[in-house]
Parts: sequence; structure tokens; C-alpha cells
Amino acid sequence: MYGSSHPLPWHIDMTATITPLIRGADCSALAPAAVANGTFVEICALADIPLAGARVIARPGHPDGDVALFRCQEERVFAIVDRCPHKGGPLSQGIVYGDRVACPLHNWSIGLADGDAVAPDVGCARTFAVRVEDGAVFVALD
Amino acid sequence: MNARVPIVKQKLVVVGNGMAGMRTVEELLALAPEAYDITVFGAEPHPNYNRILLSPVLAGEQTIEQIVVNSRSWYAENGITLHTGQTVTRIDRARRLVETANGMHESYDRLLIATGSNPFILPIPGNALPGVITYRDIADTEAMIAAATTFRHAVVIGGGLLGLEAANGLRLRGMDVTVVHLMPWLMERQLDRTAAGMLQHSLEAKGLAFRLEAKTKALVAGPEGRVASVELASGESLPADLVVMAVGIRPNADLAKASGLHCERGIVVNDTLQTFDPRIYAIGECVAHRGLTYGLVAPLFEMAKVCANHLAGHGIARYGGSQVSTKLKVTGVDLFSAGDFTGGPDAEEIVLADPGSGIYKKLVIRNDKLVGGVLIGDTTDGAWYFRLVRDGRNVAEIRDRLMFGEANLGDTGHQGQSRALSMADDAEVCGCNGVCKGAIVKAIRDKGLFTLDDVRKHTKASSSCGSCTGLVEQLLMATAGADYSTPTRLKAVCGCTERNHQEVREAIRGQHLISIADTMRFMEWRTPNGCATCRPALNYYVLSTWPKEAVDDPQSRFINERAHANIQKDGTYSVIPRMWGGETNASELRRIADVVDKYNVRTVKVTGGQRIDLLGIKKADLPAVWKDLAMPSGHAYAKALRTVKTCVGSEWCRFGTQDSTAMGQSLERALWRMYAPHKVKLAVSGCPRNCAESGIKDVGIIGVESGWEIYVGGNGGIKTEVAQFLVKVKTPEEVLEYSGAFLQLYREEAWYLERTVHYVTRVGLDYVKKEMLDNAARRVALWERLQFTLDGEPDPWHQMQEARVDVRQFAPVAVAH
Repeated sequence: MYGSSHPLPWHIDMTATITPLIRGADCSALAPAAVANGTFVEICALADIPLAGARVIARPGHPDGDVALFRCQEERVFAIVDRCPHKGGPLSQGIVYGDRVACPLHNWSIGLADGDAVAPDVGCARTFAVRVEDGAVFVALD
Repeated sequence: MNARVPIVKQKLVVVGNGMAGMRTVEELLALAPEAYDITVFGAEPHPNYNRILLSPVLAGEQTIEQIVVNSRSWYAENGITLHTGQTVTRIDRARRLVETANGMHESYDRLLIATGSNPFILPIPGNALPGVITYRDIADTEAMIAAATTFRHAVVIGGGLLGLEAANGLRLRGMDVTVVHLMPWLMERQLDRTAAGMLQHSLEAKGLAFRLEAKTKALVAGPEGRVASVELASGESLPADLVVMAVGIRPNADLAKASGLHCERGIVVNDTLQTFDPRIYAIGECVAHRGLTYGLVAPLFEMAKVCANHLAGHGIARYGGSQVSTKLKVTGVDLFSAGDFTGGPDAEEIVLADPGSGIYKKLVIRNDKLVGGVLIGDTTDGAWYFRLVRDGRNVAEIRDRLMFGEANLGDTGHQGQSRALSMADDAEVCGCNGVCKGAIVKAIRDKGLFTLDDVRKHTKASSSCGSCTGLVEQLLMATAGADYSTPTRLKAVCGCTERNHQEVREAIRGQHLISIADTMRFMEWRTPNGCATCRPALNYYVLSTWPKEAVDDPQSRFINERAHANIQKDGTYSVIPRMWGGETNASELRRIADVVDKYNVRTVKVTGGQRIDLLGIKKADLPAVWKDLAMPSGHAYAKALRTVKTCVGSEWCRFGTQDSTAMGQSLERALWRMYAPHKVKLAVSGCPRNCAESGIKDVGIIGVESGWEIYVGGNGGIKTEVAQFLVKVKTPEEVLEYSGAFLQLYREEAWYLERTVHYVTRVGLDYVKKEMLDNAARRVALWERLQFTLDGEPDPWHQMQEARVDVRQFAPVAVAH
């Protein structure tokens, strides 16, 4: 369950460079932005994510699919692969409560900080480090 | 949540390593794993085991290893210090220390006493002879197993549950066993005379002998000093190499008494399981709660939940006492007893007796409620009857079928199976989640599950549609034994609160609460923003109680009601536009066809509700699809009015007596956009041939020559329920008013996710009739309130802003390559 080697949310590389990424809801029409492995890139304004809600960072063609960006409380933001470890449900569409999301397909609860399914369910979704600065949200995608 | 975790851990000491104490610790670890340093003292040399399964061990059906609930490694993994074989002899309350028999000291911040009970020893000569034992723990069980290998004659004193299980086990191990019982019949606290007679008969067939109304005078020693015979008051002497005393238990309150805690029959506790010393809690068989002591496992688990809640610092749970039921664990003898089975002058009895096949069932009814019962020979429905007793449900309407068991078992998805025990291990019990009987039984055994909720969490069985709940309860009862614990009478909304749906609805109305946050604050929710279960319910309650005043919270709605489309297993959505009364035309069909082409819709399906379903739409395409369709939302995704199904009616049909299509369309136009506790389906048929299937709809209308008949509470889902006749009216206006008033009553009073059939069953059709037929003013007011609610309600597909649809959800926030 803890076998994956990805950086946990608190392992933030303070030396990482911050690359700007094209912002906004209509960015799918624009040219792709280059994202370096594990470096923080600016994704959007904090206000672009509804409170107790989520938005999707599209990753067309990526084998792990999209990333869901959750905003639990005011500045509490998490990024996690948008795929439930149970049957692949889009977690971004679930109901957000506390630091968890209930998958919209079969109501598994996934902890957003570590991506772990809440016991007794077993499974883990990959998480990404997030940083919120001056009302902007940065995520370390790969 | 984190704010509750203290920086310096408090010390919790648990005296008693039995089921009650450890269940509390387990519940506590689940709520606040970091709150305490926990130390456990157990007088027995074993880790915690399931005491109620000692009888199967004695009978040779299970081993001691199999009945261990928490192994030593479990204590280690959870950082719990365990001292086995250590009897706590003193509590120094002033210095907050406990002291053991061999001089160990341990200090505490909180102390939990779970010392259980002691078997009662008859004050008769010879009661301390070698070979005289009680039946309480592993040591007793081992002594009996050892005696059975060398001795022949056993006498069990006491013909109660425990005595009979001991006698049966000793008989199976080859001993000649006589049961001596003081009362005129066996298990007199659980059985009536007839049932006890049948039980005795089947036990005699297994080779047991009985002496009833027999008082034991003395136990007499043989030449080696071991017990050799039992002398009865009648003068009879029974040979006995082993005497088992099973005449009752006494709460073990000695330690508490010696420490100056107030005790009656047991340690006196309040509804939060605190003793008179607020730092000291007590739980299980050793306590007296509201003057009652309990000797079964179910109440003790309910206490554990409450106690853990307070130890964790949540401080909101209360224990209000328990109802108990009994099942004898003697293989081949099925016996179940619950509640008040003796009746009395004000009670009625329904009895089925078939001595030839060993079946006897007695149900006791008082004031139209099942208050108790006894089952011998066939206990399949024990769980269901117990639930009826506990829920206090009115059984007047099902009285004629009550004796024949739970009718809704195995309705759909289990090949009509209603007897879990006769199912094969690989037979599927839960058709939704594909869980077979073997997996459920294994989980109950291996993980020590006792409640339906536990089984749901661990196996998923019964956690989706719930139609197999009865089967799962049967398996629980058969596997976990007697008295698996069951939810209390009105279940809490969810784990975030102790409050039930009724209390929440009443508070929202009574206190004029108009938001989820207000409600949570007022009702002292224990989580900061609820969960996926309670938030949608609260959102519906505030909106339906205070229309135009409460503001919708889209984040507290399930995705379908947020995206206004139905999520599918691959993450795409289905779109169903509204077709009034199931009628469409060329231009609508053309637009649908164009949408199918333009958006590559893979599947186009005609629904059961006379509409067209477009499946596989990408979320990003939804707004454009709605716009291109230019048809109203069908709300096929919402807990709301779905369809009004109609037949063609008198306009075309040679049998039609009324224009059912026009009636259906006016109903749909009057009621669409109506959110409700659950989905709502209507139908209008133009004659009693009922082609629109009005008999299985929430509101079904049937046109007859002289007017319209209105039926309510039908359902074609998991369990097919035929709608009940409500009233016959003359005009279409009356159909609108009566249907609307019924639905508004349902909207205002039903609990979230309760279909009309469940609501009507709960409150009774007579109540519904009283409220909206007999009381014309109330009916008009209900209908007006519904119209007020629906007036100006936006169509979410075409008035997104007014409907508070967050359009940002239809596009990604960013794209990464």
C-alpha cells in the first residue's frame, strides 16, 4: 500500500523552479506547456477551484490519465490522479468532505493527503505535491 | 479533527481484557488513534477471545485459536501494553493508580473497568469439591474437555442457555449428561412451556437426560475426594464425575465496590458509561445501567461505541439501553427468542405448531406491534422478527403474512433464495457487489464482525441496493451466534452525528435553519463539513423546508445533480431530454438525430419512462448538447420528478375512457423540476387495462368512465410494490391537487433517500389519508406550497446561472502535456 516511490505532499523541493503554465478554462485550445519532471508549475488561481470541490488538470494521452485538483478548505489544496483505485472512477467528480473525496461510482472514500482508500477498503491513488502562494496554485506534476 | 489530539498523550488503563473492554479500545482507536497510551490488564492468561463461541469449542466444532479476536501481535501493532494473568486488586482513586495482585502499579488519567461477570455458585455442601466447575472461560472449557476423556457421568445444574450448551458439548464428547433444572421447564426466561417442551424433546433425542423442578441439595464426594454424585431434594442421587454449575451470572463489581464506587447489582453508570468518579468508565456485564444488567454481547457493543466516543473527546453519544434476543448454539437445534414472548391479557398471539416436524413459532403482538416471539425448528426469520420488535413498526397491514417470514428476501438478484443457510458457499448473496456466501461467512469469522455495518464495510455485501440485507442478517446470526448487535431504533444520519433523520428535519423546521452549516452547528455535528452521506440529505432538507429562502449548495450534491447528467462507469455521461408525457415530434427527433451524429453518441436507447437516452457524452460536451437539443432537462439524473408515463388514452384508443396523455402532460408540466427525497415516477392510464403501469409508480393515475383513481406508493425496483388506492376524484384539476398534495407531504416529511413506498409504510396510509383527504384545508395548503416552491424554478440545462450550475466544471482548469 505504501510501496509507491512518489514524493509525498510534504516533501517539497524548495529549490525547484516554478514554470508558468497557461491558465484558464479555455486553455485546451492553446499550445501545450512544457512541464519538467517534479518541478512546480503554476496551474491556476486558488479561486478557480470551488470550495469543497475540484477541477481537472487534463493530461491528454498520459498513461495515468488526468489529475484532479481539490480544494478542501480555503487554502487546503491537493492534487491526485483522477482515477479511483477501485474501478477507475473520476475522483474529481466526487463529493469532497474533510480531506477526503467520495468516489462518484461506488462511494469509496479516498484520503486526499496520501491518496489512500479509507479502511477497510484497500488501494492508493498517486498524489502530487501542491503549493499555494499569493492566491495561485502550483503543482509538481511529472 | 487534528485539534482534538492532545500533545501529551493521556494514559488509559483498561481493567479486563474481554470482549467489552477490547471492543471499546477498538472503537477508540478508530476514532482517535493517538489520544491515549493504553495499558490493558487481563486476569486470564489469554489474549482477548470471543467468549460466546466457547460452546462450539466445547462441542468440538471450533478450536480456541479460531475464537481469538485480538492476537498478541494486534496489541503490539497498536502500541497497547498488555498484561495477561494479572488481576487488578485495588484502585487508588486519589492518586489515580491501579495495583495488581503481584504488586504492579500503573497510573491513569482515564480508567475503564470491564471486569465482566462471575458465575453464580450455589451455596450448597460440596460446591468446592474437585470436579465441580462453572462455565465461563477457556479454563472451564478445557477442564470439561479433559474430564470428558476420563470420566463418564456429568451433571449440569441449570437448564438455561449456557447450561444446555455445556450439556450438549459434554454429550458430544461422549459423556452421559443429566441436566438438573429448578424450574418447571427449560430456558424459562426465553421460552414458553410449549417451546421448551419441544426443545427438551429434541435434546433428549440427542441423548441428554433431564430432571425438572429439581432442587440440588448437596454434592457428595467419592473415596478419592472428587465429586461422585449429586443429591436432589427429592432424595434421588445422580452419579456425577463432573458437575457444571450454570445457574446464572453476577456482575463482577468487587473491585469497584472496594474502591468506593457506587454499585447496585453492578457498577452504576450513566448514559455516557461513566461511574460516579468521572475519570472512571465502566462497561459490559459488570455495570448496572438504568437499573438493568446485561449478559449478552449486543448491548455490550452498543455501550462500547458510546464509551469510545466519550474517551475520544467527542462527547455526544448516549447509551439508552438495549433490546436483546437469544439464539441457542446447539448444532441441529434451532431456537430463537426475543422480547416479550409471554404476552398477557392485553396481547395477542399468533401460533404455528407442527410438532411432527419439530417446528413451533409464536409471535406476540400488542397494539399492532410485534413485541416478541419464540421460534423453534426454523429460525430463518428470527433476524427479521427481531428487527420488527426493535423498530416498533406497525404490523397491522402485514399481520396475515407475518408468520410466513420476511417476504422481501431474495426478491431480485438472488434466484429467489430466502434461506441463507441452505445456500451453497459459492452462491451469490449480494448481486450488486458479487459477494458470495462463503466470503461473508469467512469475513464474519476471521475478522470477528458482529454488525451489519461491519459486514457492509468489509465485504460490501448489502451495501448497495440493500435487497440482500435479510440474507446477510441471517448469516450474521448463524455465524456470529446469538446476539449480533443491530442498529438502534432510529439510526443516526451517518457517522458525523448521533441525530437521526427525523430529529434533523424537526430541528430544521423548528429552529428555522436555512443552511447546511447552520444545521450542523445547531445539531453539534462532530465533523467540520459532514460527509458524502449527510450533506446531500441536509441540503435537501433545508431546501425543501425553506423554499426561496435556503440557498442550494451544489458541492453537497451528488455529481449527477451537479453536472445535470448521469455519470456512467467510464466517466462519460448520459443525457435524457424531457418529452412531456412520452410524446415527441419530428423536429425534436431531428434535433436528437443531429446531436447523435455531431457528438458521436455511441448508444441511443429508449428508456422505460418513454424517453430517449443518449449515452457516452463527454462532460465537456454537455452544455453544447443541451443547447443543440433545445429540449428541457429530463431530470433523469436527479432525486426529483422523472417521468410521467402515459398510454395513448381516449384520443386514439378504442378502450380509452379518459385523455390520459393530456392528463399526464399537465401533471408533468405542473411538477417538473420538483426535487424530492428520492426519485419520483408517475403514470397515467386511460382505462383499467392500465397500459402505463400505474400500479408500480409513486403516484399512479387510472382513468375510469366516471373520473380518475389515484394510487400511491408503488415501486417497480428492487422489490416490486403495488401502489395503494388513495382516492377517486372527478376532474383533472382534482388529480393535480391531490397528486401534488401527496407529493408535497412526502417532500416535507420523508427522510432523504426514502421512496414513497417506504414513507407510506413508515407513517401508514391512514395517516396520509387523514392529512390530505379528511383535511381539505391542509391539502390545499400543501398543493399551494408545492406550487410556490416550483414557481420560477429554473431549467438547469438552459438557465445555468439561475440554477447555480458551476460552468467551470465543463472545462479542465489547465492542460499539461
